[in-house]
Amino acid sequence: MKLRIPATIVVAGMMMFAGYAALFIAPDEVTMHAIQRIFYFHVPSWSASFTAFFISFVASVAYLSSKRDQWDWLAVSAAEVGVIACTIGLVTGPLWAKPVWGVWWTWDARLTTTFILWLLYISYLLLRGLIEEPGRRARLAAVFGVFAFLDVPLVYVSNRLWRTQHPAPVMFGGQGSGLDPTMGKVLGFCIGSVMCLMVFILVDRYRLESLRHELDELRQEAETRSIDAQNAPSGVPGAS
Amino acid sequence: MSTARAASIVLAKELRLELRTRELLSATLVFALIVIVMFSYAFDPTPAESRRYGPGLLWIAFLFAGSLMLHPSFAREHAGETMDALRLAPISSFAILLGKMAANFIFLAAAEVILVPVFSVLYDVPLAGILGRLILVLALGTLGLIIAGTVFAAISAHSRMRELMLPLLLLPVLAPLLVAAVQATRALLADPPSLDQAWVVFLAAFDVIFITASWLVCDFLLEE
Repeated sequence: MKLRIPATIVVAGMMMFAGYAALFIAPDEVTMHAIQRIFYFHVPSWSASFTAFFISFVASVAYLSSKRDQWDWLAVSAAEVGVIACTIGLVTGPLWAKPVWGVWWTWDARLTTTFILWLLYISYLLLRGLIEEPGRRARLAAVFGVFAFLDVPLVYVSNRLWRTQHPAPVMFGGQGSGLDPTMGKVLGFCIGSVMCLMVFILVDRYRLESLRHELDELRQEAETRSIDAQNAPSGVPGAS
Repeated sequence: MSTARAASIVLAKELRLELRTRELLSATLVFALIVIVMFSYAFDPTPAESRRYGPGLLWIAFLFAGSLMLHPSFAREHAGETMDALRLAPISSFAILLGKMAANFIFLAAAEVILVPVFSVLYDVPLAGILGRLILVLALGTLGLIIAGTVFAAISAHSRMRELMLPLLLLPVLAPLLVAAVQATRALLADPPSLDQAWVVFLAAFDVIFITASWLVCDFLLEE
């Protein structure tokens, strides 16, 4: 717990420096100029969201094999953080695409896969909200989490197969093959910072989930006590 | 008792239940038919366009019909409180799941047997000569739909707003299946027709992956 304040300061500092580095340190891109700088937050948001979804999948499997509540808390926390990071990616992508590609969106393999991934985890979170009983919720959500994650490579392969058979305008390419060294360093730093931010939020969200669990238990205990008190014969202490 | 034998008993029970009322089958059939007719209102397609968009229409109709049809598969058990009895039986939970999958497959396949010829007549899409290959594609696609759908029906049966929850869980997961099934069907309806092996293999892989996953998780799925 003592780590919380220093960790907040460190992560906030990293994010601030990442913003500065993306805007002022990274060299100007030849064709896209300033617009390309969104790249330094677009790519990290993807790495953060895929990592979070992977953590959620591992936690779901671990929950099913161990039935320890802690894994379920981790699974839901990671899924939530992943959806947020994924949303940031889905918003920054079109912002970048419109001026560069001329369209907000294209049904390219990578974009489609991510969109489906986003929908899957939104459904996962909705499902959790609609199952009342905690044990059942954890179990069924974990089963869905496993199926959802297994689906991701299938979505990707199907889109790859589909788009190569019906060639669409080539949108990806160029990038990554010849990245300027400074650009690479800035990108690396941005990915690192956003990952740290993701982990930081994840830890906090996990703590919230465990507190919720504790609150539920206390509430239940309070209810049983008040029922006991009502049923107790008069004159017994605590029966007021 | 072997899993296959136990599954066939569950299948027989499901079929008997359905044959008593036939409500599931008739409702599914009419629903899918409405989707197919609505397509004409929405797009007013020429025969060439039908051949191009027809496979998509057919599979969308099957997916929607399936996501509605699968819901009672477990919800009915919970409503009648017969799920406990089924679970108490000395059979594996995979047998229960397998029996239900087989029954659902038969129901949806029966609907398709009527819907595909109707589609062919209404939109002037000739099916002669490709029937065997079309059945292969339809069977593989429907199998994948049913495997994932039956598992998710077991999940959504426990949630609130369960009728809405099932399509919500199922349709995004079926996105790759939809692409593969539509592309394979389209290749068959093209001139000259061809069986696109890549997509057929993809559909088969989808079925294998999901049936394996259901086998792995079935104990958690049906546990109370």
